[in-house]
Formats: sequence, structure tokens, C-alpha cells
Amino acid sequence: MLDSKIPSGPLAEKWTKYKSTIPLVAPNNKRKLEIIVVGTGLAGASAAASLGELGYQVKCFTFHDSPRRAHSIAAQGGINAAKNYQNDGDSVHRLFYDTIKGGDYRAREANVHRLAEVSVNIIDQCVAQGVPFAREYGGLLENRSFGGVQVSRTFYARGQTGQQLLIGAYQALSRQVGLGNVKLYNRHEMVDLVKIDGKARGIIARNLLNGELERHAAHCVVLATGGYGNVFYLSTNAMMCNVTAAWRSVKQGAYMANPCFTQIHPTCIPVSGEYQSKLTLMSESLRNDGRVWVPKKKEDAALIREGKLKGVDITEENRDYFLERRYPAFGNLVPRDVASRAAKVECDKGHGVSPTGLAVFLDFSDAIFRYGKAEANKSGQTNLSDKEIIALGEKVVSAKYGNLFEMYEKISGENPYKMPMKIYPAVHYTMGGLWVDYNLETNIPGLFALGECNFSDHGANRLGASALMQGLADGYFVIPYTIGTFLANEISTPKFSAGTSEFEMAEKRVNDQIERLISIKGNQSAESFHRRLGKIMWDYCGMSRNEEGLKKGREMIRELKEEFFKDLYVPGTANEYNPELEKAMRVADFLEHGELMMVDALNRNESCGGHFREESATEDGEALRHDDNYAYVAAWEWDDNNPILHQEKLVFENVKLVTRSYK
Amino acid sequence: MANTLKLQLKVWRQKPGRQDGHFETFQVEANEHMSFLEMLDVLNEKLIQDKKDPIAFEHDCREGICGTCSMVINGQPHGPMAATTTCQLHMRYFKDGDTIVVEPFKAKAFPVIKDLVVDRSAFDRVIQSGGFISVNTGQAQDGNNIPIAKDIAGRAFEAAACIGCGACVAACPNGSAMLFTSAKITHLGLLPQGKIEADRRVQSMVAQMDKEGFGMCSNIGACEAECPKEIKLENIAFMNRSYIKAVFGGQKE
Repeated sequence: MLDSKIPSGPLAEKWTKYKSTIPLVAPNNKRKLEIIVVGTGLAGASAAASLGELGYQVKCFTFHDSPRRAHSIAAQGGINAAKNYQNDGDSVHRLFYDTIKGGDYRAREANVHRLAEVSVNIIDQCVAQGVPFAREYGGLLENRSFGGVQVSRTFYARGQTGQQLLIGAYQALSRQVGLGNVKLYNRHEMVDLVKIDGKARGIIARNLLNGELERHAAHCVVLATGGYGNVFYLSTNAMMCNVTAAWRSVKQGAYMANPCFTQIHPTCIPVSGEYQSKLTLMSESLRNDGRVWVPKKKEDAALIREGKLKGVDITEENRDYFLERRYPAFGNLVPRDVASRAAKVECDKGHGVSPTGLAVFLDFSDAIFRYGKAEANKSGQTNLSDKEIIALGEKVVSAKYGNLFEMYEKISGENPYKMPMKIYPAVHYTMGGLWVDYNLETNIPGLFALGECNFSDHGANRLGASALMQGLADGYFVIPYTIGTFLANEISTPKFSAGTSEFEMAEKRVNDQIERLISIKGNQSAESFHRRLGKIMWDYCGMSRNEEGLKKGREMIRELKEEFFKDLYVPGTANEYNPELEKAMRVADFLEHGELMMVDALNRNESCGGHFREESATEDGEALRHDDNYAYVAAWEWDDNNPILHQEKLVFENVKLVTRSYK
Repeated sequence: MANTLKLQLKVWRQKPGRQDGHFETFQVEANEHMSFLEMLDVLNEKLIQDKKDPIAFEHDCREGICGTCSMVINGQPHGPMAATTTCQLHMRYFKDGDTIVVEPFKAKAFPVIKDLVVDRSAFDRVIQSGGFISVNTGQAQDGNNIPIAKDIAGRAFEAAACIGCGACVAACPNGSAMLFTSAKITHLGLLPQGKIEADRRVQSMVAQMDKEGFGMCSNIGACEAECPKEIKLENIAFMNRSYIKAVFGGQKE
């Protein structure tokens, strides 16, 4: 029933062959066709710009004041591409294989291979736009390596790669806005999808400046609205990241795929108090030099929590470098999901080191000393004191990670050169998302989903530096082709009027909801409900999940939802600039989406990637997959009581399914 | 353990569509580990509990990179810490008993929307007028066919690190956007890919800047001092040189 529309033929030729058979739309017809693009992150901005360049009439929406604020901007580490500039044996096939394996064999082969193929074009395009990537002295592009792979294929711009790539896409988009090919609607939030005869033909957008509901019609709709990590309230996502555009499409019939696949990033600054609004990531690159440990003795850990001891007071033999102990082959560089779970295990046993008990140390003292000695040797300085060696080493570490160390100190108030960092896992990315076929089209004809908003490329766990790659691949190099499969049949469809009954009904749906939220006039803020939802999600659908907890979590969310609609208080009115109303509308959607995540996690009785079911583990606590029962994409059709599961079987013709081992 | 600070907050309140506003005073208690915005979150939560109008302020990533947060804190855009956005400013840098004055970014080209929220879309229009390299998707050659010296790439990066927050405009007595615009002119103008349309770019971006109502530069340097990303004044010199070259010897618009 779910048709993934994967083209036939050998894996490596599918995309090339398919591309040359996709129906084209002639330039004179492109001018008559309208496309709505929602979201201006890497996927949305690159799509809107590229579609505008092709000659389509594009309307582009962002709820931010400017397209440049989208959360892609915060990505630190880099972007992967199979350029093999380093002559280290990289290839399209290797990038494909690493991504499939990293995703724990829960992604579609054909999509991932296409991603690896177009990765090389992305770098070229970005260089041409003026993205200032890191360079070698010879003027050529520099690479570094990232977690889970054996080649150096990551391109970067210091610790601000996402920013530089987004500015590139934003400038390409701005050029199209200036030329009149794209009309930009800033401070507009999509609040509903409009279908006509079963096809996506428009959206209802709320003008956030004055609260007005606007109807926008088009021949098709492209969503690039990001992930839903904020369902956990605390995450590394920006404060306004939300699931609303995707979720309201689900309520119009789109399927949500693998919603329980969330990525918990191991190295984030821990929670410091109840007021905490967000969590800050410390780049994965730190695990190249930092060693992760907790005190061996629970008494020591307790004294550290009470502030009576410091990390540096614990002697070497009383430290447990638990990643090195459990995974000698990969040590501190195990993939994100494995590192996160291991930290949780230690904290649950009572070895955590922050006042909340939820933190482990990331220690650079060995690296500082090692680099210091190397520097001393290089300059022929023998007989240096330890103190002098450490001073030399700190300089090296500062050159590599200076900006991250500074950020850590600003937030925590502690100097990470002198005291080990305290870190804890935090929600970072969502692999699940709207179900799409090979064309990136959802099950609703004419509704496309790109970037983190769809589910397609990362399976159950995403590798570092692959989110930027996917966002730009979808926007620059996939959708400009695949949108033709839909639009080539629409060339004689006249422009749609937003005056039809479908638009009227959709607008009424939104109006009714807003009325309902405002008229509750209870006592609790949207933010406080969001915080409580996040706690339920983290406790029962976080790093470790079990049947009992998931059932309980689902019940708790349903109760919270009931309370929400009884006791919410939204200050102000519907027809004005009202950020509290915006929040309330988003929290209402998170409540339902969170419930679906519980349902999905309960259904998937196996452990894979970021999804760890306690019932499905080996004797020594490692994740255990069940390929016979669960090698499928779980695509959910929403129903208030019993969401309906649609399965898309995953067929692996080119890779062998094996157990990931990092021991 | 964490210390609690008792603070007096004087916050600018302005209703949408109005030209005038006033300061409102609040007493707040803040944990020293809170960020400045979390302190405002706590205050807003209390205002909502009391069924009062919460303070409108903009924010998003809360890690110093999206450029959404603004606010003038005790007379300085993004507050007293150098090279720090408001979201990265923590309460441990204030003292118990302090009075803190919070205002929006004020400039002719940044009209106030509500309280501390201003409209900075003029920046988008400046970029739309020419802040890009005209290359369509799919036209690019291999990335390594354009070698760029490491120090040039580094300087372009430093200019490109601008987050478009508008602190430079808010800091400038003339409300000038020269630092913002020149950062883009420098970023693209230093790179071989961007040199081709450099003359056109600088002329149209400067013209748009003037049209938006930003003031002129009179070499005060407050923009550089307040920039959370430490964008340098020498970018403005670069832009002025590019502009003169374009007007007197370059391609015409």
C-alpha cells in the first residue's frame, strides 16, 4: 500500500537513470505554476532558491523575522561529502555504507545512495556561492574526520559550518527575492494544510505581527520545517523549533514515520536548574581529545555533588573511564547513541557528578599534557616543569577547541582547562518525520517534505555532519528534479483561488482552535505545560524505554492534554502580536505528537540506533535488533484513539545486515 | 551552591502600533546560573500567573548564533560582556541589588513592534539588493578549481561570521548599518568568486542602505565595540574603498 517509488536498476545507477526520465516542465509552463515552500533553513532556503531559479513562482514562508534565523544556523561541526580529496579511499559507496550502518539498518538504500552521490555537488555549489570553508596552505579545501567513520570527508568552516552554509543558501534565496521569483513571507507561521480533491493546494498562515489568518494557494506545497526535538522541552533545538506544520499535515492525512527515532547527543552542558530553557551542545569533535569518566566510588561522586570535592581531587585509580572500559576498540569515539546510554547507566548507578546527579566528566588534562610535551619536543625544550608543559598544551587545545571552551565557561562559569567539563546527553535531532517516497513526496499528492522534516535518510541514528548534507541535498539537488513528477501533470491546471470552500473550512478549523485556546482562561501557561510534557517524554520515551513506561507515559500525556484544554491561560487576544498564543498552538500539537512517539516506541519491540528497548538487549546491556520483525518503516496515520500503522518493508539488496559492534 | 540575586529591572514597554512607551519597574530574584533570558522567562511566567501582559522579547537559538535576541542592557546592546549575545549573558556577572535597565534596539530603520521587539527586515532587503554571488544551482565547477589562500579564506570567514543581529546599528548614534553591510561586502569581495560583481554589489547595497533610513558612518567605532561577533571596523574601510573604486572606475549599475 505504501509505494516508495524506488526506481529499478542497480543501486549506483538508479538516480542517474531516473533523473533523465523524470517528466520536465517547459519554461513557459513553469511561470504558470506556483509552489509554496514552508521553512527557510538549509532545506527550505536551498529549495526555494533553486525552484525560483528554474522559473517557478515560489512563495516562501518563515515564522522568523528573517530567513537567516532558521536553526540550521547553529550546526557546528561540518558537512560530509564523498570528494575523496584526501586520497584516503573515500567513495560514494563508502559514504552510503557508513550512513546505512550508522543508521542501524533502518533507512532506505536508494535514498541514502542518492544522498551520497549528490554530496559532492553540494560542496561545489557552496564554494561557488562564497561559503568560506577551511583551506590548506595550498589554497585547497581542508577536511577533518568525524565520529563513526575511517576517512576524512568532513568539510567545515571553524565551529560554525551550519551558519556559513545557511548564509550561502539565504543569499541565494535573497537573490531570487530581489529578482521577484520568490515572494518572501517572514513572521508567518503555517497553521494548516489545505487539500483540494485530495491534493495539497495551499496553506493557512498566521501573520504573527497582527494575528491575521491568511489563505495562500499554490499548485503544490513543500515543507522544510525541521525536526520535533522540542517535544522534550529541553533540547539543543532553538526555542521556536516545533512540529506544527508537519503535525497539521498529519491531521490532514499525511503519515508520520518512525517518530520514536530521536537522537540523544552525548556531549551537552548539563541541566543546572528548574528554570532551564534549553541545552547547549558541545561539538562531537571534543571526544577526539577528551576522556569521559566518573568516580569509581559512589561516596566520591556524592561528595562532588555536594561541592565538597572537585573532579581534580579524584586520583587516577579512583576514576572509571567507562567508555574505554566497555568499548576498548572505539573508546571515547563510540557513536552518539552508544556513548549517551553508557553515561546514563553510570549516573543511574549513582556515579553522576553534578548537583542533579546527571553529569559525567569530559577531561582534557591528558590531552593537554600530551600536546604540551609534543610542543616542547618540537622546540627542543627539555627540562620543562609540568606546569610549563601544561601551559604549552593549553595553547594547542585552545587553538583546536577555543571557541567551545569559551562557550562552556560562559554558560557554566567553570574553566575547562583547569577542571574537567561536566557533560550529559541531551535531545539533539529527530530521525523520524513525515513519510516520503523516493520523490520526497508524502502520501498526500502534491505535499513534499525535505530535510529533518522527513524521515528518509538516517534510519535509527544519524552520523555527525550528515544533517547539513541531507538538508542541502534535498533542497538543491533532489526536489528541483522530483517535483516534476507531480507538476508535469499540472501544467494545464489554472492557478487556484483561495476563496474556495476548502480554504474556508481550513481557516475555520484554525479560528476555532484559537478561540478555544484563548477562551479557556485557566491558570497555567503554555510554557509550563510544555515543560511537563518534556519531562514525561524524557522519563518514558528518552534514552531507555520499556513497555510499562511507554504505556504509562502515553496515559500521562493524555491526562496532561485534558488538563491543558481545561486550565491553560493565554494572555492577550488572537488579533495581535502574541507570542504566548503561538506557544500554546505549538504545545497543543506537541501533546499529540508526543503521544504518537510513545505509540511508535511501544510498537517497535527491538533496540536499534537511538531507540533502546530494555526488553531487547544482550546480556551485557547492548542493543539488540530484530531484523525479522522490524526491518520496516512504521508510518502512522493519526487517529485520536488508535493511530493506524502502515508498514513499508525495507529491502536490503546491497548491504548485509550485521550487528554493530564497537568493542 | 547557587547564589540568589535580588534585582530591580526597568523594562521598556511599548504597545504595538504606538510611537511612545514607558519604563516599567519589576523586582526579580535570579539564580546566578540563569542566563539573562531565563531570568526574563521567570519574570514572564510570574506575570502570566498574575494575568498581566508578559514582556515581549525575541530569542531563538540561545547559543549566540542565530542573531534573534537583541535588547540594550544598561545602555549597551547585548549587555556589558564583550563578544557576547544577550542569550549567552549569565546572571553571575551581575551583583545582588543591581538595577538593570532594558531597552529595545533603537534606530530609525528598526521600528519597535512591541516592548523589546523591533523590525530588522531592512537588513534582509540590503542583502536582497546585492549581498550574494549570482550563481544558479548546478552551475558550479569543482570546489578545488578555485584555490583560495588560507589567510584570505580566514578573513572572509571573519567577516561572514556576522549574525545580522543589528547591535551595530543600535550602538551607533547615527543608526548606521555600515558595519553590517561592509561585513558582507568584505566577505564576498575578498573571494575570487565574489570579485566579478563586486562593483555592482557595493553600489546597490549602499543605495539600499540609504533607502532604508540607516545613517552615515562618522568613525565613532561603537559598532565594533558592541558587536557580539567582533566584526572589525576595517570592513568599513574596505567597503569605502570598494565604493570609490566602483563609482569612479568600475561597472555602472
